[in-house]
Amino acid sequence: MKVSGSVIKFGDNVDTDVILPGKYLVLIDPKELAKHALEGLDPTFPEKAKKGVVVVGGKNFGCGSSREQAPLALKYAGVQCVIAESFARIFFRNAINIGLPVIECKGISAAVENGDELAVDFEAGEIRNLSKGQNLCVAKLPPFILEILSDGGLTENLRRRLNKK
Amino acid sequence: MNISEKILAKASGKNTVTSGEIVDANVDMVMVHDLTGPLAVEAFKRIGINHVWDNKKVVIILDHQVPAESVKAAELHKMLRKFAKDQGIRLYDVGKGGICHQVMPEKGHVIPGTLMVGADSHTCTYGALGAFATGIGSTEAAAVFATGKIWLRVPEAIKINVQGRFRKYVTPKDLILTIISKVGAGGATYKSIEFAGSTIREMSMAGRMTLCNMTVEMGAKNGIIEPDEITRKFLEGRTAKPLASFENLKSDADASYEKVMDFDVTSLEPQVACPSSVDNVKPASELSGVPVEQAFIGSCTNGRIEDLRLAAQILKGKRVKNDVRTLVIPASQEVYLQALKEGLIEIFTDAGALVCGSACGPCLGGHIGLLASGEACVSTSNRNFIGRMGSTEASVYLASPATVAASAITGRITDPREVEDTQA
Repeated sequence: MKVSGSVIKFGDNVDTDVILPGKYLVLIDPKELAKHALEGLDPTFPEKAKKGVVVVGGKNFGCGSSREQAPLALKYAGVQCVIAESFARIFFRNAINIGLPVIECKGISAAVENGDELAVDFEAGEIRNLSKGQNLCVAKLPPFILEILSDGGLTENLRRRLNKK
Repeated sequence: MNISEKILAKASGKNTVTSGEIVDANVDMVMVHDLTGPLAVEAFKRIGINHVWDNKKVVIILDHQVPAESVKAAELHKMLRKFAKDQGIRLYDVGKGGICHQVMPEKGHVIPGTLMVGADSHTCTYGALGAFATGIGSTEAAAVFATGKIWLRVPEAIKINVQGRFRKYVTPKDLILTIISKVGAGGATYKSIEFAGSTIREMSMAGRMTLCNMTVEMGAKNGIIEPDEITRKFLEGRTAKPLASFENLKSDADASYEKVMDFDVTSLEPQVACPSSVDNVKPASELSGVPVEQAFIGSCTNGRIEDLRLAAQILKGKRVKNDVRTLVIPASQEVYLQALKEGLIEIFTDAGALVCGSACGPCLGGHIGLLASGEACVSTSNRNFIGRMGSTEASVYLASPATVAASAITGRITDPREVEDTQA
């Protein structure tokens, strides 16, 4: 599984309230949610993300509320992958469960700049900064998580597994 | 093993587990609410299974956008009611329950030693009763609906020992804000936080729930307290299930902890978390120049009867400042009724506060009491993130019910010990 896109960088402790403010939680159409992705930090984000981007975060990305609408909004806004120094646990699980690839990479904030082109290979556990010609290695995701991601999310994964039985 | 490991071992059918290990655990109870339930129901339908694995182990609570604040919310509530009816699931509707994290323990759905998951980050509140409880997302809740199972990484544990007696108007909220400021907003990510020590053993269930509620604000997977006689007394009359001995729900003397931290509350002062991070904590006395336009007493953190009594003690016979909108929201119908019987609703109303029906209220900025740009709210809730309570240019300060009540009177953030006590 491989993704690529240009970097949009954020700092530490990006919480799910700024990723998708509470007033939009009554929206259940992901395309509607996407229009408000990261509105709390940058109202122009959905426009920038349309071309397909990689969000790079600092420590504790996605902290706070368990709202799955946060990773959904990012995914449908055009985010190909989120790479962060570390993730809040519920966001990490939610992202995988809805099929948005997330990967932890220590030192990522210092290693990339806004606009850098990144290519991520999940099986190889490798992030390549195409703009700088630099490789950053990351821990590989466990096989069962890769399987969920390649199925497109937990519901699809479960449907496939339960139907097989 | 520590208590969290013991519960996870039992839930996954093992004799022992160790931190870092991934277990496939059986879930004893799963909860969703009106903002996470609809996505869970849709995901459940996509999985392609007709019935939930055990309809007695699923609870749905309408508490965030209630009573329905828009047609969109009304449609979501309707969808959840239908799902609950079709599946035979218990649903607490408007007027029958209140905030999910108050209703779950109150209605006997939280049993010590069980594994509970909920599609809300503050599900960790139930650790106050000695359950292993953690927040999950909607899709994962749907997977639990389908299978009754969840994979969990056994967390490393941090033990927090607390000693000493609280001074007057200093509360468990001030303690947990202090702890969060020391640990940091991401300092306990993926970890378990176990509270122990003499202060915890003497603490009311309400105080214990306030502590466990906010462990997620340090990134923790769960907060937990060994169940004891206070737990047993709280559960009396709330559950028909026979309670086993709590002997197996104690951490072993040789249990392993990644870190042990000691706190003494003897000289603790009222604390406030300043915008826009919960670990940005200062003593209330240092913030007395900060004006507030709104004061909010309520939420799953501090909307219990003990919290309302404390606020009423300060507000009795006084008036909140004319330009401070003061909202009081009892955490559940049970709390509301008790407050009514004790005359607290009258005290709040006489003081110029607005008492609203049990719900999450302004805490998450979805419904009731939102803030305009440039406004500040002092709140007993749990998050002060940018835009949390409305405008992205508003500020939220987190404090205890005593500090919020005192601040409502003066119109600026106020150490409650500055305001004259009506019960002197």
